[in-house]
Amino acid sequence: MTKEELLSKLKTIIEPYVQNQEGLENMSEDTNFIDDLEINSANLVDVILDVEDEFDIEIDNDGMDKMLTVKASIEVIQNKLAAK
Amino acid sequence: MTKEQIIEKLPYEAPFLFVDEILDVDEDCINGCYTLKHDEYFYEGHFKGHPITPGVILTEIMAQIGLVCFGIFTLKKEIEANKIRVAMTSTAINFYKSVLPGEKVFVKSEKEYFRFNKLKCKVEMFNEEQKLVAKGEIAGMMV
Repeated sequence: MTKEELLSKLKTIIEPYVQNQEGLENMSEDTNFIDDLEINSANLVDVILDVEDEFDIEIDNDGMDKMLTVKASIEVIQNKLAAK
Repeated sequence: MTKEQIIEKLPYEAPFLFVDEILDVDEDCINGCYTLKHDEYFYEGHFKGHPITPGVILTEIMAQIGLVCFGIFTLKKEIEANKIRVAMTSTAINFYKSVLPGEKVFVKSEKEYFRFNKLKCKVEMFNEEQKLVAKGEIAGMMV
């Protein structure tokens, strides 16, 4: 899976939980889910669970703690996919 | 942890404690009940001269039994040493019957998931005639 494909899938997953649409339109690797997209911590859990389903991987507490930005999320997902 | 200890650990007190008894609890589901007193404070204004239990209070009863008591049981080890802090994060409840002063309601909650300190449950409320009063989903975080 290319990074672009991964990014596009991630964007589709987070979209329903985003409260700041402008942040979504301007989404970059540095975008922070809580600060820039105004996703609350409860919905961040839903993002993680949807990521697990979409990519058929399991995210542990360490992974969850890291996944606060687009960049960090892509790294966590790529590492989990590589370990499969 | 006994059913009584779960209630002792609840972070509520009168007039906002809405759990009388936990009837049953395991890893996947919990059952409990609460009897609405005739002099609950909210009957004074809801409605004028015509007391009916507000939907937000029914939701609160469902959340206290179905989510908070359940969460205390689920996290018993972590909680025994510390005070519990909870935050409701989402609700989607449909209401089917009204509940009048003095009625006893039964709450049944099934775990949908508990991950990363977020508990999401399917919760139902029944009256003493076993008729469905309310049903939906409630989620909360232990913080």
